[in-house]
Amino acid sequence: MYPEDLKYSETHEWVRIDKGFATVGITDFATKKLTDLVYVELPSIGKRVTKGASFGVVESVKAVSDLYSPVSGIVVKVNEKLSKEPEIITQDPYGKGWMIKVKIEDQTELDTLMDSEEYKELVKKEKKE
Amino acid sequence: MTSYIPNTEEDQKEMLKEIGVKFIEELFNSIPQNLRLKTDLNLPSSLSEMELVNELKGLSGKNANLDEYVSFLGAGSYDHFIPALVDHLSDRSEFYTSYTPYQAEASQGFLQATYEYQSLICQLFRMDICNASLYEGATALAEAVILAHSVNHGTKVLVAKTLHPEYRQVLTTYIKKTLDLSIIEIDYENGVTDLTKLEEKISKDASCVVIQNPNFFGCLEKVNEIEEITHQVGSLYIVSVDPISLGLLIPPGDYNADIAVGEGQALGCKLNFGGPYLGIFTSKRKFLRKMPGRMVGETTDKKGRRGFVLTLQTREQHIRRERATSNICTNQALNALRAAIYLSTLGEEGLAQVANLCLQKSHYAAKRIYQIPGFEPTFTSPFFKEFAVRCSISPHKINKLLWNNKILGGFDLGRSYPELENSLLFSVTEKRTREEIDKLTLLLGDIA
Amino acid sequence: MREPLIFEKSRRGRRGCSLPEYDVDEENLEKLIPKKYLRQSGLGLPQVSEPDVVRHFVRLSQQNMGVDTNFYPLGSCTMKYNPKVNEGIANLPGFTRVHPYQPQVGVQGTLRVLYEMEKLLCEISGMDSVSLQPAAGAHGELTSLMMIKAYYEDKKEHRDTVLVPDSAHGTNPSSSHLCGFRVIEVKSNKDGEIDLNDLMGKMSKRVAALMLTLPNTLGLFERNILEVSKIIHDKGGFLYLDGANLNALLGIVKPSDLGIDIMHFNLHKTFSTPHGGGGPGSGPVGVKGRLAVYLPVPTIKKDKKGYYLNYGRAKSIGKVRSFYGNIEVIIKAYCYLRSLGKEGLKKISHNAVLNANYLMKRLKKYFYLPYNQPCMHEFVLSAVDGKMKDVRALDIAKRLLDFGFHPPTIYFPLIVKEALMIEPTETESKETLDAFVSSMIQIRKEIKEDPSVIRQAPHNLSIGRLDEVKAAKELKLRWEEKESGD
Repeated sequence: MYPEDLKYSETHEWVRIDKGFATVGITDFATKKLTDLVYVELPSIGKRVTKGASFGVVESVKAVSDLYSPVSGIVVKVNEKLSKEPEIITQDPYGKGWMIKVKIEDQTELDTLMDSEEYKELVKKEKKE
Repeated sequence: MTSYIPNTEEDQKEMLKEIGVKFIEELFNSIPQNLRLKTDLNLPSSLSEMELVNELKGLSGKNANLDEYVSFLGAGSYDHFIPALVDHLSDRSEFYTSYTPYQAEASQGFLQATYEYQSLICQLFRMDICNASLYEGATALAEAVILAHSVNHGTKVLVAKTLHPEYRQVLTTYIKKTLDLSIIEIDYENGVTDLTKLEEKISKDASCVVIQNPNFFGCLEKVNEIEEITHQVGSLYIVSVDPISLGLLIPPGDYNADIAVGEGQALGCKLNFGGPYLGIFTSKRKFLRKMPGRMVGETTDKKGRRGFVLTLQTREQHIRRERATSNICTNQALNALRAAIYLSTLGEEGLAQVANLCLQKSHYAAKRIYQIPGFEPTFTSPFFKEFAVRCSISPHKINKLLWNNKILGGFDLGRSYPELENSLLFSVTEKRTREEIDKLTLLLGDIA
Repeated sequence: MREPLIFEKSRRGRRGCSLPEYDVDEENLEKLIPKKYLRQSGLGLPQVSEPDVVRHFVRLSQQNMGVDTNFYPLGSCTMKYNPKVNEGIANLPGFTRVHPYQPQVGVQGTLRVLYEMEKLLCEISGMDSVSLQPAAGAHGELTSLMMIKAYYEDKKEHRDTVLVPDSAHGTNPSSSHLCGFRVIEVKSNKDGEIDLNDLMGKMSKRVAALMLTLPNTLGLFERNILEVSKIIHDKGGFLYLDGANLNALLGIVKPSDLGIDIMHFNLHKTFSTPHGGGGPGSGPVGVKGRLAVYLPVPTIKKDKKGYYLNYGRAKSIGKVRSFYGNIEVIIKAYCYLRSLGKEGLKKISHNAVLNANYLMKRLKKYFYLPYNQPCMHEFVLSAVDGKMKDVRALDIAKRLLDFGFHPPTIYFPLIVKEALMIEPTETESKETLDAFVSSMIQIRKEIKEDPSVIRQAPHNLSIGRLDEVKAAKELKLRWEEKESGD
């Protein structure tokens, strides 16, 4: 449920790192919490995102949730498909449901992210609450 | 016990027993004793229904009403004809005693009527989308400027001086206290916005250009030229329209307005000394997610039957809180319903005819008045149902004489435009008869 | 049977209204208006006969629940009975057929009603001055915040923050933000009241106001109101009252005695004017002395010659709408207050609070009551205890429709999970409350025995549960010609 090759943030985003670029999406746990997604708002290519700051929102019928960037950098690719079919995020959160690709500015930011084991613990804790 | 409260003493006793207290006062124990009022409020004694009706009928009789006076007064609030159906149907208490349709299945009637209102207005305005209503014309316009600013973060708003003075005041109040925007007024020439002045003042940092059409003087703005000037620098084009005029005049969608708003009072709502009225708000589809207020959308139930729900609610204050597109909650749904009934009743031919009657009668009146020595056109630009007249005697005097003859005269333009201190703005709707117009001109002739 | 759209009933050549012939010579259109200013397309409006229109809207009305047809315990909305005599009075031509710009000598009746209405609201609230202009509660909030902002600008104090409790209506943070304030949320404590420590920590000289709802949206009176007031006032802030829940307090306490400096009223909640399917309402604003100079123009004054509109006020924030307010609504509320008089007003709150406590006492045996203490005019149940079997607040709401009840407010306040917020009002009888309880007990039974009945509800209406996800994805917001098939 939480692939081992990914890094995770406390706000339930995942990051796949590939030669200085980070692909970002939200975790399976996050999609379940949000229920039926109806809309995603993502930044445009060329925009700078900052670690910990909102880079977009996902909406269900009665809730809006911010998406927080796990890394800082310039957006180089955006998953345009999601605007028409936001349900892809729920169906395949770690694959076709990716959201943005960012050129990483500061590699050390990655150190603060969790690995899959640590993230699993966090989810367990949140479920209890 | 008042007749609005069903509980008898017996009921109260039983209920208190179930709750487990002796006196109703005990239920208020969470309010610190020292804060509770020791005496009755200093209010008048209660009135029976009969007494109330008598007293209020007396007060209503102290008003001069337009069933007794003939009105040539408009200036943003119009004495148009309201078909009997409008009152009859909107007075159905299933409609007016309901509230915001949060539970769609319980409110399909109002939701469908609102969906029809949105559709009727979109058709009439030839705009893509329409919300379920805002308070009235001026605040609808302020919301339009706020929307424009959220799209392009411009630093100034260009506002035609021919926009209703009260709308400009409301806009100023809103902008001064809500956004960091400067308002620049564009002067007029012969009753319409001066294009040269507009071109001088406009620049890329202008968030939007705001005009009214027909404008406050009743004149028709050069809507296409203004569109070009506005969009050339990438500003948004906001227009406030009189919905009745669209039975005849080019609709805002056809001159590429980005946001079109208007006062919907003319669509079957009563004059009511200024309210409640109806804020119409339409825009291009691309601003969908920035729209203020409620919107109704179509959907189906599990069996595939068509139904209607409030949608895009994530824009609204009850979900997005401080990040909502507007703070509006309660709107003017019942007046939107009245507008829907009005537009359905008048229909394709009827509204066109109402508009043409206004046009023909106002032009007849203008022609007659301008023939009287001492009265001449303030402007010569084309107009729809209102026109300004420059008078050789004080407008105040004229209106006083008309009032004594049970006629409500024109709006004294000097009140809002010092440079027009001797001009009266007359309004002629489809309700005015030739006889009434002739009486007006006769009286004006006598004064002159 | 589902009713077609009015557009789908359209047939070329039908009309719903007769209009007079031209009694003036009809001129050629293009002689009066240049062609480029004329509409080139049809209006796109339906063509239907008068009986068509009548049957259409009467049928729609029959697919709508109102206070006149059903118990409507929508929490925080005070869905009380709307007295018919008030409708009749407000619809007298002497009130409706009056132009906002006609000479003031010809509007003395209405001006007097407005003038006296201000006085009544002042007496009820203890405020010094009232403006009747705001069109709704949220509009009153915005107007008030603008006044507060103007006050601090005058005093040259930099205050950019508004405190809002986490149980507040969404309009509070939204109005604050619109007015350019930063919003900071104040936490509720375990009793559902403002957490004083949290408030103290967040109160500072940057705070312009605390927006308080009283009783709060859990239906609880803030027992520490005087401490709250002191914390705010000690640091020079204003205490704002969101008057949405005033129905619990009429004649019981005066907001001014609690330290309230500025507030709005909801005439369509507390003072019985109909909610109109979502409006028009009316949201007058009341203020204590030092804020009065900032009230919007015009205000209503009286001198020897009579009542008049006063525009000459230098410090006013200006106009917040065109003309003077939702007059028709104000007249109805005035009639209501005059009917009740000093004798009746207190009975309103007494019975509203009695009905709520009775209902709460009976229902808490069957549903979880997170804040278990006597309530004021409303209370909040939660559909999250162990035995709910995945039945959510939404499902209970939909099932209630089958029993002929309009559901309570759900999912609000946000601090209660799966909230069901119930406000019976004083105009409901014990029999109605008992019938509601019976249905809730039935629902409790169904949760145990056959929860799918509830999850699939409603079953007995002309429409089943509507797909909101589909609506939000497809966003069909209007009828369009091409789909008519005509």
